[in-house]
Amino acid sequence: MKPINQVKLEFDSRSANEGFARSAAACFAAQLDPTLEELGDIKTAVSEAVTNAIVHAYPECIGRVQLRLRLFEDNTLELSVKDWGVGISDPRQAREPLFTTGGAERSGMGFTIMESFTDSLRLRSTPGKGTTVTMRKRLALRERGR
Amino acid sequence: MPLTCQTELRSMTARLSGEIDHHAARRLMRELDQAIESRCPRTLVLDLEGVSFMDSSGIAVLLRTRRRMLESGGSMEVVNVPPQAGKVLRAANLQKIVPISFL
Repeated sequence: MKPINQVKLEFDSRSANEGFARSAAACFAAQLDPTLEELGDIKTAVSEAVTNAIVHAYPECIGRVQLRLRLFEDNTLELSVKDWGVGISDPRQAREPLFTTGGAERSGMGFTIMESFTDSLRLRSTPGKGTTVTMRKRLALRERGR
Repeated sequence: MPLTCQTELRSMTARLSGEIDHHAARRLMRELDQAIESRCPRTLVLDLEGVSFMDSSGIAVLLRTRRRMLESGGSMEVVNVPPQAGKVLRAANLQKIVPISFL
């Protein structure tokens, strides 16, 4: 399936960019005329994925994070967050609720929330090369259309 | 000011506002710590009515603050949780650990 629209944004792995990334995703999603709840879901899922890249992918330095947003004809929005950081040695463990390597400042609920706020989540990671999280969410069709 | 506190009879109400993400969480934790330290409340009420966005970073703030209150023999509850923050807290089943009232 080919996307009917897409944007790619790249930014430094600085925590100030978390708000930028989720707002950008919400702006892109606006063309689907989403509900407030859908917008909240999209912002939350992007915020979690981008925070993971900032906290875990580049623990010692500032690196690049890419947010790719794609829109498909069936009203599916794809949110993809990619980094070129340290990678995840055990992706299955990383997705488990409450698992975190981030200490008391992190809850370990990031993947649980990403999974419950979207329809599907794919996690691809190569230690030393980087990680890509791709989520898809189908938005309700509204009569007004696009 | 993302945090304002009011204390009455050793009960402190802390009103949180704005977006609680990883970027904001560290400062918020520090401010909550300072407020608890200086006012020594027995009960802490976290009012989230003004929170326009929250992700799992907020869960860590709530759990850490609750642990602090319990360690000093106190308690904590969370009130006026808006829909988006409420969905995050419910996804983590936090209402089973902390008394929460949702808006």
